[in-house]
Amino acid sequence: MLMFKLALRNILGAGLRTWLNVIVLSFSFVAIIYMQGIYDGMQDQASQAEIQFAYGGGQYWHAAYDPYDPFSLQDSHGKIAPELQDKINDGEATPVLIVQGSMYPNGRLKPVLLKGIDPAQKTVAIPSAVLAKEKDAIPALIGARTARNSGLKIGDYVTIRWRDANGTFDAQEVKIMEIMNTLVQSIDNGQIWMPLEQLRQLSGMPDEATLVILGQETDSPAQVSLGWVHKDMDFLLKDLKQLVKTKTIGASVMYIALLLLAMLAIFDTQVLSLFRRRKEIGTLVSLGMTRVQVIKLFTFEGAMHGILAAGVAALYGIPLFIYSAKAGWKLPQVTEGYGLSIGQTLFPVFGAGLVVGTIFLVMITVTIVSYLPTRRILKLKPTDALRGKMS
Amino acid sequence: MKSLLFLLVPVFAFAQVPSGEEILKKVDENSWAKTRIFTSKMIVQGRRATRTITSKSWVKGDEAAFTEYLAPAREKGIKMLKMEDQLWTYSPQTDRIIRISGHMLRQSVMGSDLSYEDMMEDAEIVKKYDAKVEGSEVVLDCECWVLLLSAKDKDAAYQSRKVWVDKERYIILKEERYAKSGKLLKRTEILSVRRMGGRWVAGEILFRDLLKSGKGTKFIIESVEYNADIPDYIFSKASLRK
Repeated sequence: MLMFKLALRNILGAGLRTWLNVIVLSFSFVAIIYMQGIYDGMQDQASQAEIQFAYGGGQYWHAAYDPYDPFSLQDSHGKIAPELQDKINDGEATPVLIVQGSMYPNGRLKPVLLKGIDPAQKTVAIPSAVLAKEKDAIPALIGARTARNSGLKIGDYVTIRWRDANGTFDAQEVKIMEIMNTLVQSIDNGQIWMPLEQLRQLSGMPDEATLVILGQETDSPAQVSLGWVHKDMDFLLKDLKQLVKTKTIGASVMYIALLLLAMLAIFDTQVLSLFRRRKEIGTLVSLGMTRVQVIKLFTFEGAMHGILAAGVAALYGIPLFIYSAKAGWKLPQVTEGYGLSIGQTLFPVFGAGLVVGTIFLVMITVTIVSYLPTRRILKLKPTDALRGKMS
Repeated sequence: MKSLLFLLVPVFAFAQVPSGEEILKKVDENSWAKTRIFTSKMIVQGRRATRTITSKSWVKGDEAAFTEYLAPAREKGIKMLKMEDQLWTYSPQTDRIIRISGHMLRQSVMGSDLSYEDMMEDAEIVKKYDAKVEGSEVVLDCECWVLLLSAKDKDAAYQSRKVWVDKERYIILKEERYAKSGKLLKRTEILSVRRMGGRWVAGEILFRDLLKSGKGTKFIIESVEYNADIPDYIFSKASLRK
């Protein structure tokens, strides 16, 4: 307690020098927490959107299906396993059939994926109900990105061409029923959603599917026939987590730079403090303090910069964090190309783990940096110190 | 007697019409060869500019084909190898061999109206289609049989095709390819016919993907050699890098 009081008195006594250090360090605190909060918010928001619109509570894939392998896509369809069909019949899952094709908006050829989905499904938030509204033409649903890239509007007709299960070319006109504004690019870019039964008929793949999406509350069947592979949320969200992790690693360069600046200031302060307070050190040792106790005192003084910085950061940081978490952060248009389903406003997430973790990291670093210059005290002779000499 | 003669006239007239299969056989006899080596020009008529691409091809039946692009400088050295239903391309700029598959097969070749899938279609028509003579029409000032072709197997790329076959030279002067739904997808028109290698050859062909806007892609066959000896190494992936 004595050491705490002594250290507090000493660093407050240093006046402006202390407060400059504290303010710089508090900036580091706030910047690191804010940036990391943005990345956590990004992952949180994108995960939620992917779950709602695409992944549901997990998926079952046809054994040959690999979304990243165009070589195998044309063979990635088959009869649905009876265990999954039961879930579909109970409304707990929905099948999706994927067929490669092309569309010709305004006479231009664009490769697309034709995706069949049950218009009555409630498993994912895709507005598939619009696909039940048209009887005279083949109804189609596209995302805003596809609409923008192809110049299509609601009510437009566009020719699509595909190869059926036997490899025969077929072509039809589809009517754009709705343009969905979705955050999730994996259900939008280069994709046309159609009624499942119609796509099955057109492609000659009756009762078949490429994947089955389970509802968010649906448990996976205990056993599923061969030919269908379960993909849990850890697997489905792996790419997203990896993407955010990559971006976080990039941002950590900035954290290191910020911390280095703050640490440099504290290191210099400690060195200066040792030099200016030689006589004080000599007196303390002469009065009976061991060198290790003096080192502890100086290290503690340095570490107190971190404690004060945390307090100052809390003063302006907490209102900033609360406001940001509520109002969100408007993103520029260019972020759409980053591959994350985060929409136009990003809501940062400042979890307790993030705040405590950052404080812990900064405190440890400050303590180490404060300790390093004080090692010279071990070699200090009290007589020299009293005379103002630094041996 | 007079009424008997009246009855015989349509019988004789009918007998002069060869069957669809006979016509197709003659077409294949004229165009099909065990091997072919030809040089051609592909004129891609884009929205803004027209590009002419020269190439030389070595073709072995319908199982293998090798094409090397000779001009312009940008495309020079690009090579394509087709083996059965697989296709590889090689680009000297990247020095890499890429297998074309899935979505990429549907993309156009160098901005033309031909997709890689179209390039791979090269089989004897009579083996794949049943033909029915629908009548006769004049194309390029030539009397032609109009044949409606229906695929023999379910796995044909086009379930139905319509061809106009020159009655004298047995060369297809016009062709339309239809989707299963009956929608017209592609049209090929022969603009000139030449005698090369002892056969009648389409000298200039206009190929149009009718779902796309544009003036189409022209093919000019400059020279062709039939049943020439082609060494097997030509149809190997190693020859792409040579």
